[in-house]
Amino acid sequence: MATTTSPRPAAPPDAREAALGRGRPIGGFELWTWVFMRISGLLLLVLAVGHTLIMHLPAGGVDRINFGFVAVRWQSPFWRTWDWMLLMLALLHGINGLRTITLDYVRPPGWRFAITMAFYVIGFTLMVLGTVIVVTFDPTRWGPVG
Amino acid sequence: MAIRSRKSKSDYGSIYRGHEGQWSWILHRITGVAVILFLFAHVVDTAAVGWGPEAYDRITAAYDNPIVRVLELGLVVAVLYHSLNGLKITLIDFFPRLVTRIRGISIAFTAVFVLTLIPTAWIMLGQAWDLARR
Repeated sequence: MATTTSPRPAAPPDAREAALGRGRPIGGFELWTWVFMRISGLLLLVLAVGHTLIMHLPAGGVDRINFGFVAVRWQSPFWRTWDWMLLMLALLHGINGLRTITLDYVRPPGWRFAITMAFYVIGFTLMVLGTVIVVTFDPTRWGPVG
Repeated sequence: MAIRSRKSKSDYGSIYRGHEGQWSWILHRITGVAVILFLFAHVVDTAAVGWGPEAYDRITAAYDNPIVRVLELGLVVAVLYHSLNGLKITLIDFFPRLVTRIRGISIAFTAVFVLTLIPTAWIMLGQAWDLARR
């Protein structure tokens, strides 16, 4: 860029900015979510892509998944940790994505608030539900595992 | 030049013209929404393990349907696309100089996407076909 000290022009965006799309936020909460989306996205590239390919591609695919499959898999702290991280990061990443889209398309402040709040409530509820299940799941209540 | 005023998010969010990047932008949104909507259902169906084998196996029986299996392929495609395109966005955000090579990077990412897609689709459509014949 030729400019050194002047702030980014408001409009129209130059070619470089157009290629980059939405600008990097200048600070505060929006900058934190901007950074979070990229860091969590890198982690989810491993966690989510790994999860879907592991579940679908080996012989039998999702046909082999039943209660016993989960019981054996969650005997391993590695897979419980993997699945819990996937749960939390995917929900935080996805809910923040929905928030961004809501702010883009919904203009009236009341509707913005109501819709983003609904997403927060759904996200929080699913984080609590998923965390409780991942942490407390004990298949031996229904008989021996394996 | 006046100091840039704070802009609402939407001032950056409209469809921008003049670059094929708008297509990856809109696909990124569509695949992202598709994945999070599925995740809402998937957390609930997985949580059924906490209520024992009967509950879990009854709820996950909803997936034992060839049409649902084809939709699952769509889900995997959405996860793959969103992940790879997100990696591309992150690369260019963290290393802005790469934007001069955006065309080559896009071609490389499309190649990785398609090369992953072909065996994945082959295997998953085969599974759906086997289920349909059962």
